[in-house]
Amino acid sequence: MKNEYDVVVVGSGPAGSMAARFAAEKGVSVLMLEKDRDVGYPVRCGEAISKAGVEEFIPSDEKWINARISKFSLNAPNGTECVIEFGDAGYVLERRIFDYELAKTAAKAGAEILTRAYVNGLLFSDDKVCGVKYEYRGEQKEVKAKVVIAADGVESRVGRWAGIKTYIDYRDMECCTQVTAANINANEDTLYFYFGKDVAPQGYFWVFPKGGNCANIGLGVSGIVGKKKSALSFLNEFMEQHYPGAPILTSIAGGVPSAPTLEKISAPGILIVGDAARQVNPLSGGGIASGMIGGSIGGRIAAEAIKMNKLDHILTYDKAWHDRLGKRHETFNRIKNGIYNFSDDKFNNIAHSFNKIPKDKRTLGRVFTVALINNPSLLIDVAKVFIV
Amino acid sequence: MNPIDKKYRYAKTGKLLIEIVPDKCDFCGCCVGVCPEDAIELKEAEIFIIDSRCTNCAKCVWSCPIEVIKFNKDGVII
Repeated sequence: MKNEYDVVVVGSGPAGSMAARFAAEKGVSVLMLEKDRDVGYPVRCGEAISKAGVEEFIPSDEKWINARISKFSLNAPNGTECVIEFGDAGYVLERRIFDYELAKTAAKAGAEILTRAYVNGLLFSDDKVCGVKYEYRGEQKEVKAKVVIAADGVESRVGRWAGIKTYIDYRDMECCTQVTAANINANEDTLYFYFGKDVAPQGYFWVFPKGGNCANIGLGVSGIVGKKKSALSFLNEFMEQHYPGAPILTSIAGGVPSAPTLEKISAPGILIVGDAARQVNPLSGGGIASGMIGGSIGGRIAAEAIKMNKLDHILTYDKAWHDRLGKRHETFNRIKNGIYNFSDDKFNNIAHSFNKIPKDKRTLGRVFTVALINNPSLLIDVAKVFIV
Repeated sequence: MNPIDKKYRYAKTGKLLIEIVPDKCDFCGCCVGVCPEDAIELKEAEIFIIDSRCTNCAKCVWSCPIEVIKFNKDGVII
């Protein structure tokens, strides 16, 4: 352990690990700090991801794949099911192993990693961030850095300390709770989604198979729903109705910042990546792949800035992210706002119309097309998703 | 106990009305993410409200997925 590094990354989730790895691969010194005992645990995630999203960063490996997904089952409030086939499209991960493997790629690239290191402040010189304060096994310590990368997740505070407004409007927070349950009869190649005001208003309910008749069963609802009824109540009702008595292997809570990326994700001496920057697909709530992309861009740009000895270069990160995914997320967010306000009748009508389409022509794009008939103003936004 | 003898915790805007039940908490960070005042400290398995920053806005109460943060209109007693 040195007391000065080129880059210090706060948080060792997928975004943090990729930031650490991409910076280290460029030959700068990197330290990644994790507040918990373990990298990758506790898991706060539904664990579904597209194959392409994974393979951009790490070759697929059976040891962290729990299920291979080739179908979506979208379920309307009245029980009408729409099944969409994708081919070999995605995985349900074992995140505690997956995150570990990602962190190992950062270590292999030369990054140092320290767990049980709780970052509780920033160091400044001339109004510029120049390191972090952290608590390690009861002792207060400091480490200097040319660039700090905040990958501290949905509960991010590091960005705030640098003067960036990072807190999330409670209406945009998808408040989630999930159980991993055993003895669940579900097709192991299918992700199940449920919509409607009884199961998950302004959000969705999911059943994602984990192999061996286990599944992640959970939901997310906006904080505005949570005002009246908590995610936990919705989950308990669903379990009681559909899987009474199912053994529960894990139960967790978590939050998804379901909004476009923060307006500002860099400042002198600091970059924000992953959930902390709200680099989450606001429509699906998926954040693993986009977090890894954000982390990799952040890590690369931080290293470039250090190599060029031109630290202002890190401010180009905002645009690099916006061009790669940020702009797309703004569109997804508009679609989300349209869909999340659909009434149960609308969901039922969409499902009913969709099932009239011949089976081999049912695609996710067609779901949106059908949805459009019910809400023409979404047309422009949807067109952008599929054309751009 | 005589009500006058009760000692309350104080927030920026008066009596602290928000309570976290640590024994039930999953330490997921939803509340920290929505807090506009940076008034919640969350470590690995430790959570508390920084009383002097809390404004009793209740956004953390609404955002808690598992009903661990409560709004107590009588105030939180030490």
